Amino acid sequence: MQKVWKLFMKGFIFCFLLLLGLTVIMPVLLLMSGSLMDTWELKGYLSAVFTDGESFIGWRLIPEFPTFANYGKLLFETPQFFVLFWNSMKLVCGILAGQLFIAVPAAWAFAVYQVKGSRVLFALYVVLMLLPFQVTMLSSYLILNELLLLNTHKAIILPAVFSTFPVFLSYGGFRSIPPQLLEAARIDGAGELTIFLRLGLPLGKSGLLSAVVLGFLEYWNMMEQPMTFLEDKSLWPLSLYLPEITWAQAGHAFSASVITLIPAVFVFVLGQDYLEQGIIYSGLKE
Amino acid sequence: MPLSKSLPFIWRNNRESIMLKRKRKFFCLFMLPSFLGIAIFVLLPFMDVVKRSFTTAITGQFNGVKNYQTIFHNQAFRLAVGNTLKFTLVCIPLLVFIGFVIALFLSRIKSREMMKSIYLFPLAMPTATIVIVWKMIFYRQGFLNMILTKMGEWTHLWSEVHIDYLGSSAAFWVLVGSYIWKNTGYTVILWLAGLMGIPSELLEAARVDGAGRWQRIRYIVLPNLKGSLYTIVILSFLNSFKIYREAYLTTGAYPDKSIYLLQHLFNNWFTNLEFDKMAAAAVCTGGFLMAVILVLQALWDKNEI
Repeated sequence: MQKVWKLFMKGFIFCFLLLLGLTVIMPVLLLMSGSLMDTWELKGYLSAVFTDGESFIGWRLIPEFPTFANYGKLLFETPQFFVLFWNSMKLVCGILAGQLFIAVPAAWAFAVYQVKGSRVLFALYVVLMLLPFQVTMLSSYLILNELLLLNTHKAIILPAVFSTFPVFLSYGGFRSIPPQLLEAARIDGAGELTIFLRLGLPLGKSGLLSAVVLGFLEYWNMMEQPMTFLEDKSLWPLSLYLPEITWAQAGHAFSASVITLIPAVFVFVLGQDYLEQGIIYSGLKE
Repeated sequence: MPLSKSLPFIWRNNRESIMLKRKRKFFCLFMLPSFLGIAIFVLLPFMDVVKRSFTTAITGQFNGVKNYQTIFHNQAFRLAVGNTLKFTLVCIPLLVFIGFVIALFLSRIKSREMMKSIYLFPLAMPTATIVIVWKMIFYRQGFLNMILTKMGEWTHLWSEVHIDYLGSSAAFWVLVGSYIWKNTGYTVILWLAGLMGIPSELLEAARVDGAGRWQRIRYIVLPNLKGSLYTIVILSFLNSFKIYREAYLTTGAYPDKSIYLLQHLFNNWFTNLEFDKMAAAAVCTGGFLMAVILVLQALWDKNEI
């Protein structure tokens, strides 16, 4: 009897979690279905939103007349969309590449060479990591203005390259390397740079990859920085363009959203293990 | 004889100091690019901001703590600080609790991987793609009101519902909801990592000693999760500032009073070039956050010993 009860409880918990999970991913289903509808169908469902009447919005998760027209229009007739897509790509890749060159050695220094003062410096890095953009907004603006970088992509990439979040994540990966191993390499006569390149990077790669995965998701979604430092709309990333699309072009909005979502989903699916690892590393204390 | 005995000692001591020097050299070498960049892009300009917080915006004359006085008497600043505090104080306990309950359930079932992905997924969704969905749900004729009206018809408890969630004080709760929606995933991961880290022998021993399920949670599971709690609170705090994206995209630069956050205020001051106020507010906010982080860290260190 107890066994049956236990099984029942398990099933109940499973169903509960699944139901909760379904509501969590509901927005994606709405986006996907919306992107496959033709203009008339969308108008029919959404008209309630613009009129002040008493009727409610309608929806079908499977469109009545599914069509790829929205995608076709977006991909073949809207060249601006490509410009923005590449802007986003350029920003994200620039930032991630820069971070690998700057943050990874710093993380290695923190993890391997503990000297006097390194703890204080580490505490400073943690505080910098936790300061929100708005607090450093004015200081970033002042320096970017000074360096004549405003309204260029460098204004977004350079400050982000020196973010301390990837330092923290890579540090987590490097800390998991046993110090005896590095000591043994030293005794065998390996130089410090060789140890970093040949031992550190391959063994600590989970930290690096988690920094890349979390970084991609974060910067693909970046809004505050481009909004503040880029005036020229042709330099904008996708994340700022999407909200500008009006209801009248709902089909366009849905398909553009789905396409914006694709790279993020791609990285999410490929890097899920590293994403989880990264979340756990970000919780490590020194 | 004594010489030869002390020789290895001197030799070792010398070797240690060489090692230390070497260590210091390589620490600086690996650290340098990152530290230089941070100095140029964050530390030095922030000092400039501190200086500016004591001067007037246009002429740059020294005017003492006047900027600070101005912002503390400023209605918008007070409103924004109040709302931001309220938002964090509501969201973080709620998120921590919901994450814990889900993680506890998840730790019981075997097919955990798929569920974890589902809960993590919102983290990957760019805010801009979600805004259109939020509008469809929370507009006056949107899905939420439709469901509420249907429920009203069904139970005969209330008539049709036509609330504009984004344009009224309900907007605060919309933001709370979307924060929870987005951040539950990583909270669950962190709680799960903590739960899995508790040695099962400990729980087994307690079970043998006759501790019930709740007792085990209260006396073994919870005390072992203090570290996870610290982490989760810090990260949730960090992410609570990013809710500005949702707020800005759904309701613009001047939203309903209930969700006018510090981030809106900073942005609007920036647009109006009120740099003196911005500088003073940045110094205050930065100082406050630093104090909170250090206090939390100190509390945590004390508990650990």
